[in-house]
This record gives sequence, structure tokens and C-alpha cells, in this order.
Amino acid sequence: MKALRCVMAATAVGLFGFLAAGHEAAAQIKIGSVLSVSGPASFLGDPEKRTLEIYIDEINAKGGINGQKLQLVVYDDAGSADNARTFATRLVEEDKIVAMIGGSTTGSTLAMIPVFEEAKIPFISLAGAIQIIQPVRSWVFKTPHTDKMACEKIFADLKARNLTTIALISGTDAFGKSMRDQCVAVAPGVGVAIAIEESYGPRDSDMTPQLTNIRNKPGVQAVVNPGFGQGPAIVTRNYRQLGITLPLYQSHGVASKQFIDLAGPAAEGVRLPAAALLLADKLPPNDPQKSVVVNYSRTYQQKTGQAVSTFGGHAYDGLMILVEAMQRAKSADPAKVRDEIEKTKGYVGTGGIVNMSPTDHMGLDLSAFRMLEIKGGDWTLITGT
Amino acid sequence: MAELLQFVFSGLTVGAIYALVALGFTLIYKASDIINFAQGEFVMLGGMTTVFVAQAGVSLPLAALIAVIVTTAIGLALHRFAIEPAREATSVALIMITIGASIFLRGMAQIVFDRRFHSLPPLFGADPIQFGGAAILPQSLVVLASATAIVIILWLFIERTIFGKAVIATAANRLAARLIGVDTRRIVAFSFAVSAAIGATAGVLITPIALTSYDAGTLLALKGFAAAMLGGIGSAPGAVVGGILIGMFEALAAGYVSSNYKDAVAFLIILIVLIAIPQGLFGRAKIERV
Amino acid sequence: MRNLLEIRLLPPLAVAAIFVTLPWFFPSAYYYRIGALVFIFALAVAGLNLLMGFAGQVSLGHAGFLGIGAYSVAVGPAHLGMPSWLCVFAGAALSAIVAFLVGRPILRLKGHYLAVATLGFGLLVAIVLTNEAGLTGGPDGMTVPRLLLFGWSVRGSDVWYWITGATFIVGFVLALNLMKSPTGRALQAIHDSEIAARLLGIDIARKKLAIFIISAVYASVAGSYLALFNGHVTPDVAGFLRSIELVAMVVLGGMGSILGSLVGAGLLVVLPQALTIFHEYEQALLGLILIVFMIFLRRGIVPSVAAVVSGWRK
Repeated sequence: MKALRCVMAATAVGLFGFLAAGHEAAAQIKIGSVLSVSGPASFLGDPEKRTLEIYIDEINAKGGINGQKLQLVVYDDAGSADNARTFATRLVEEDKIVAMIGGSTTGSTLAMIPVFEEAKIPFISLAGAIQIIQPVRSWVFKTPHTDKMACEKIFADLKARNLTTIALISGTDAFGKSMRDQCVAVAPGVGVAIAIEESYGPRDSDMTPQLTNIRNKPGVQAVVNPGFGQGPAIVTRNYRQLGITLPLYQSHGVASKQFIDLAGPAAEGVRLPAAALLLADKLPPNDPQKSVVVNYSRTYQQKTGQAVSTFGGHAYDGLMILVEAMQRAKSADPAKVRDEIEKTKGYVGTGGIVNMSPTDHMGLDLSAFRMLEIKGGDWTLITGT
Repeated sequence: MAELLQFVFSGLTVGAIYALVALGFTLIYKASDIINFAQGEFVMLGGMTTVFVAQAGVSLPLAALIAVIVTTAIGLALHRFAIEPAREATSVALIMITIGASIFLRGMAQIVFDRRFHSLPPLFGADPIQFGGAAILPQSLVVLASATAIVIILWLFIERTIFGKAVIATAANRLAARLIGVDTRRIVAFSFAVSAAIGATAGVLITPIALTSYDAGTLLALKGFAAAMLGGIGSAPGAVVGGILIGMFEALAAGYVSSNYKDAVAFLIILIVLIAIPQGLFGRAKIERV
Repeated sequence: MRNLLEIRLLPPLAVAAIFVTLPWFFPSAYYYRIGALVFIFALAVAGLNLLMGFAGQVSLGHAGFLGIGAYSVAVGPAHLGMPSWLCVFAGAALSAIVAFLVGRPILRLKGHYLAVATLGFGLLVAIVLTNEAGLTGGPDGMTVPRLLLFGWSVRGSDVWYWITGATFIVGFVLALNLMKSPTGRALQAIHDSEIAARLLGIDIARKKLAIFIISAVYASVAGSYLALFNGHVTPDVAGFLRSIELVAMVVLGGMGSILGSLVGAGLLVVLPQALTIFHEYEQALLGLILIVFMIFLRRGIVPSVAAVVSGWRK
């Protein structure tokens, strides 16, 4: 009996909180966000959430936008596209947001797009796949580089080193799969041949069988590993364990200091395409992105005690593009803001220099990616990229 | 030939990991017929606690010891607060409780620790041992050796000590054991403590190879459980053999067939074992059929 | 007066009454969406309840059938050119067949062995859905075209609220009829004592299989609705966590109580929405709720409340 009463009380408290939460103070610009803060994609969502919170506070401290303060409404979809969809509906119907930055994964983004298209609310996605902006949807934008660009950048570097036959080893997670598909599609057009393909599960602990097959395949000149999370670190370790000396390329999915820490000395010589954010202080002084990137790095590190991550950088770019669009539009009206977002030109962000247009809702070109190499346990820029 | 050897080494590496996790299921099942789905979380706690305590400045061996002690305490708490109050419940209810505990521990871990991946330094260095054209990490051999050692210790304990006999008595017939004066509650509590300790040790030894994170427990528990089923749940040598076999199947499947469906191997094995030899390779035919 | 409360159809009628009047209180489409989701999961849980509460079996992989139903309405139109409404039936048929194939050898086992076997089954479904990207769109999932009924495109949370609610009530009534039928009574007998049931000549394995198939069909239809409603489907609809959520809903609401299915589904759909304030602790809380209920409120909410109510009446 007592237990039943406790349960009822707890439920009452929860429901009360639920109803109370819907009645927030108005006269603030409400920005919504659905991120994968917990669950399998927390690698992405956690830095994104922290970044948004830090910078919304900063903007509010400086007086807000157009004289109004910003309010961030964040929900955690725990990596589930279903939940994302429900929270998206909640943001539109209950919280009455005027703009949305979020969707850590492609799956959750695709699930949410219909909601925002129908509600006519601008949606800046933080996910990687090219399908998000191709075909172009009028209310959907994105800040991260597409996986197609990553493949193109890697292939360009391969060609520059006269390497034309490669092996692909990719993770079976959404990120790895999506990028693998893009690489397979792009390769023939640029004269790169994929001699052998292997895959691994995102939580696997040993990839030596797959790498052994790759090592034994004649003609392979380099290996590309689309994937993110812990998989690429283990692949890299196994790579050296097997004594494979061919050039190894990782994806932008591992663009964080943690990868170097986890892979250890095996990471030496690994190349990957990444945003300038990873280099921060090491960028040449006349680099247009330097000040933005250094600022963001320092702020993030200071406020969270963690090393900066490119995913957080995408959230930063999303927020700034949105905020600048609001300032240009001199209003928070969704339709006007959307138009201004589409007119973003020359925005210097952590991911690159953004120039959007009605046919390009991402605005980055290949120069936004730099080719990095890991030397002496740290990132170095390969000049000329 | 060298490639087959490499696949075998990979199978041994992964299999030893599964074996260590599988051993954790054994003792609790032996003493109480409970399948502890939180076993994976014990492994995770061993690894994560060591990482975080070491980050705070404590020396690595001491951090590992602290991790094992903390996890053992959590195992005891799990028994005391979640299992013991429900001791008259059906096996369904008990499974739900351990699943609830697993979710709870995972949920708390992401708050207490963090959501990133972590590693630990291997015991004997990261340079692989070359043999016959294939390479194996020294840490893999450490994991294998530990699994064997634990099996031997468990066997000695069960066969050679009074407490061990009490465990067998409890497993055979709880009521009868109580009647002859065995404190079955303490036996089950003890089994939880030891399984937690085994799990934590596994976590510490596995992390240099497989890395760890707050949600590392789930898949490990599922695979380790498949291994225990294959070997015959309740049999310690069975757990090790089952683990190594599943590791081998996975490595060979990845190498020769398709790396995509590697994970399916373990789960397919569960189904096949249950249909064909439900008691597993080394278990006793105690399965009730309708 | 007493007889009125004991009429078999009273619970579904009560649910129908609430179902029809509740929308008056809905401030926005979001609530319709929550309602629709509750009914969808309640349908799946009702089927699982038949299996767990009546036949006394445990299925830790029931989301696998949810996945089969969900992907039927995605793959059917995309690769086979079938209309969506037909795919709902096709999915149900497919789930029934799979349940038959999987259930026949496994339902002869007892207790936690069945639990484990269904666990393996659910995981395998999730793996196939993730890997067969050419068919299923892989880990990012596929778009699901809107349901077309007599030329009219079914969309909108309110429309789905009515559809899912009506289906659940129908399912509720069907389940009640099943429980009171000879098969249902046989199952209760099995649940109480397998040996006695066998003595009475009841073919246990066949009855269990029948219920397993029925529960699979319920889950499949629920999965199809979920996919059509969302317009998008991903492999985690069949995942391990989903299966655990379904079982938790059964346990919370009350094993063997179809009304409990609604309560359990309602709780686990609404609570994460209500607890976003504590969202950091959401997982930990779910685990804690499971443990607490299994220890103290093992019968679940509805049977416990019913016991309290009948205690008052005395």
C-alpha cells in the first residue's frame, strides 16, 4: 500500500513538472534543439549541447539579439529517431520555438525534417550525410561538412601522392556506412579503385581478421577507414600491431584529441580531413579562420575542462549563423530568418567559410576541409590543402 | 596459413574477453539460478572506475584494486536491495530486476563518469608478439591466463572448501540446504560479491584491448551470456570454452565470410544451442521440457 | 450495480469513453501525438501481455516483431510497389510466419531459456535490419510513404490518434474474448500449473505457440502504425532497449491485464516527456522504477489498484 502511494506521489510530481514546464515566461526568443546527449551518439550530442548552452549565455550576457534574450530549449533524444520526432513536435507545438538547431545524427535529422518543413520553422542540422541538403528543402540547412566532401578530400590527397588503389574498412554504424557509400560512389569518377572492402561493428574489440585480409590483398596502396567512436582507434592500433606500413586515412569522424590519446603511438602518420578547429593555435597567422577557431577552442576548454571537438564546433557555427541571420532580418520571424540564413555569405566559422545560396544550404566547399597528419602525438597541417 | 593463424589469434583475443565476462554469470547462477544481466555493468564499472581513479592521481595498481572493491560493494548492494527482497519471485521477475539494475547502473555511470571512451595501459607493453607470421598482443595472453586462473580458483573453492560445498548444496536444492543449516542468503550474497569482483577484474584487464565507456556493458553482457549458454551456464570451464569458441567463430566469420554479420554469430549460436543442446556443452541436462 | 462493474466489456467501454472525450482537453497537436504513441505501444504491449501474463512466457525480443511490421510498410511500397494498407496485413502475416518458425522449437523450453531465445531472436532481427542496407536503408533507416486510404492521404497527429485508439480498443475486445474462450482458459490453466493442465489433456506447446503468434501479430500491426505515423523508420525500432521497454510496460501496468497494457504504455511514453527536467537521470530512473516495481508492486499497477478498490468495497 505504502509503495503504491509512493508511486502515485512520484507520478503526480512528474506530471506536475510536465505541465508546469509548458508555461514558461514569454518575450524571449525561443530556440529549440534536439540532440543525442546520451546514448550511442553522445560523442556528438554532448559537446553540441555544451556549446549551445555556453554561447547562448554569452550572447544573453551581451544583451541578446535585437534587444531580446535568447532561450534555449534542449531535449535529449538518446540517439533514437523516434524520440527525436516526438521532441520535434513538442518544440513546435508546445514550446513554440522560432528556430531549430540540432539533429546530431542523420537518422534523427531525417525523422524530424517533415515536422519543421510543415511548421515552416528553419532547421539547421548538425548531421553529416549529404541527403539532408540534397535535394534542397527550403527550411533545412546544415553546418557540418558532408561525408561526400570528406571522401573527395581524401581522394584528392591520395591522387597527389600517386596512390590510386585503396582498401576500405568501415564501421557498420550510420556514420561509417553513409561515408562508405559516398566514397564508393565518388571513387570511379576521380580514378580511384577500391580493391577490397571490409567492415566492423562499432563496439568490436579486434579488427585483425579484416585487416589481415586487406594486408594480403595484392595491389592495395592505402587504406581508408570511415567510422567514428572507438572503432577507428582500435583499427589504428591493430594496423600497427600487424605491421602494416601502407598510408592510413581516417575520417573527420575521429577529429578529436581523444583519438590520438586512444590510438597511442600507432596514430603516427595517420592522415585525415578535418576542420581548421583542430589546429587552432597552429594555424598560420594570416589564416582567415584563426581567430574564430582559437576563441572557440579556448572558451570551450575553459568552460568545460574538455578538449574541443569538431561536433561542438558545428553547433557553434549553427548558432552563429542563426543569430547573424536574425540580426540581419531585425526580427525573429521564422520566414524572414530563413531567408536571411539562405543569404549567409562569408561567414567565418569553425568549419570553414560559409556561403549559402538557394541551391546550397550548407555553403562549404572543399577548402573548408584541411588535410591533417598526426605527427609526434599532435595534429599538423599539410600545407597547400 | 599465416592468415588462418592471425584469425585464430584474433579469436583467442576476443574469446578470452567473452570468457572472462561469461565466468561472472557462472557463480550467481550456480548459487541461485539467477541470470544476472547486470554482469556487463560490473565489467564496465571495473574499467571505468580504474580510469577515473587513476586520473585523479592514484597509481594504477591501487586504482584497479579500488575499482574491484567498489564494484564488489555494488554487487553486494545489488543483492541486498534488489535481489534479496524479491527472493520469492519468479525467474521472470528476477530477470526484470537484474535488467533494471543494469539500466540503472548504466544511467548512473554516464553521470558519475562521462560519456567518452577510455583506455588503460596494457600490463606488458603494447608491442605485439610475433609468431608464425601472425601477431598477438601480450594483453590478450594476460586475459586468457586470468580466465584460466579464475576457473582453477573457482574449482578449488567449490571442491575444497566448506563454503564451496555450501554453494553446491544451495544450488542443488535450496530448501534442503536451509534445512541442514546452510545460510542460503549469505551464500547468494557471497556469489554476487565474487561475481562482481570477477567482473571488475575482467573490466580492468579487458580495457587495454577493447576500450571502455559507460555503455560498454550491454554488448559484453550479451556476448558473455551467449558464451555461458554455449558452455553450459553454471559450469566455469564451460564458460571459458564457450567464450573462446564464440570468439573463434566470430573471427573466422569476419575473416572468411562477411564482417557485417559477425555479431549475428553469437546470437545465432544462442538459438541453436537452445534448440539442440539447451544444457550447453558442459552443463547437466536439467532443462525442463514441455 | 455490482453486475455492471463485472460486465466483461466495461473496461474497453471505459477506455473508449476516455479516448473520445480526452481530445477536448488537448491544447495542441503534440498531445494527439503522445496519445497516438501511447495507443500504438499499448497495442504491442497488449499482445505481449497475452504472452507474458496469460501464457506465462517471457519474450525479451518482442521488438523484433515491431520491427518486421514497421519495415513492411517501408520496404513494401519502395521495393515491391505494394500499397501501404496491404503492407500492414503483409507485415502481420510475415510476423505470424516468423513467430511460428521461431516459436515451435523454442516454446518447448521453460522459463528463462525462452527469455534468452527470444532475446537472441530480437537481436538478430535488429542486425539484419541494420546490415541489409540495400533493402532497408541501413542504420539511417528509410522513409515511409504516407498511408493512402481511398485516395486520401492519412496524415496528422489527430487522425492517427483516432486510428490507433480505435485499433487498440478493437484489439482490447478481441483479447478479452480470447481470454474467456476455451483457449484462454486453457492458458490460464497452464500458467497456474503446467502439470495439471497436461493431465487435463491440454496440448500445451500448441496453445503457447498460438498465443505467441497472436502476440507477434499485435506487435507487427503496432509497428506498422508507428512507421506510417512517423514517416520514417530506423533499425532501433527492433532493438534490445525497445524490447525491454515493452516488457517494462507489461510489468508496470500489470501482467495479465490488458487495461494494464494501456497504463504501462501510458506511463513509459509520458514519463520521459514529463521527466525532461531530470533528463540526465532518465535512464537511471527507468532502471530504478523497474526494480522497485518488481520488488514491491509485482502485480503491476492495475491489478494492485483493482485489489485496493475491491478491498474498499467490502
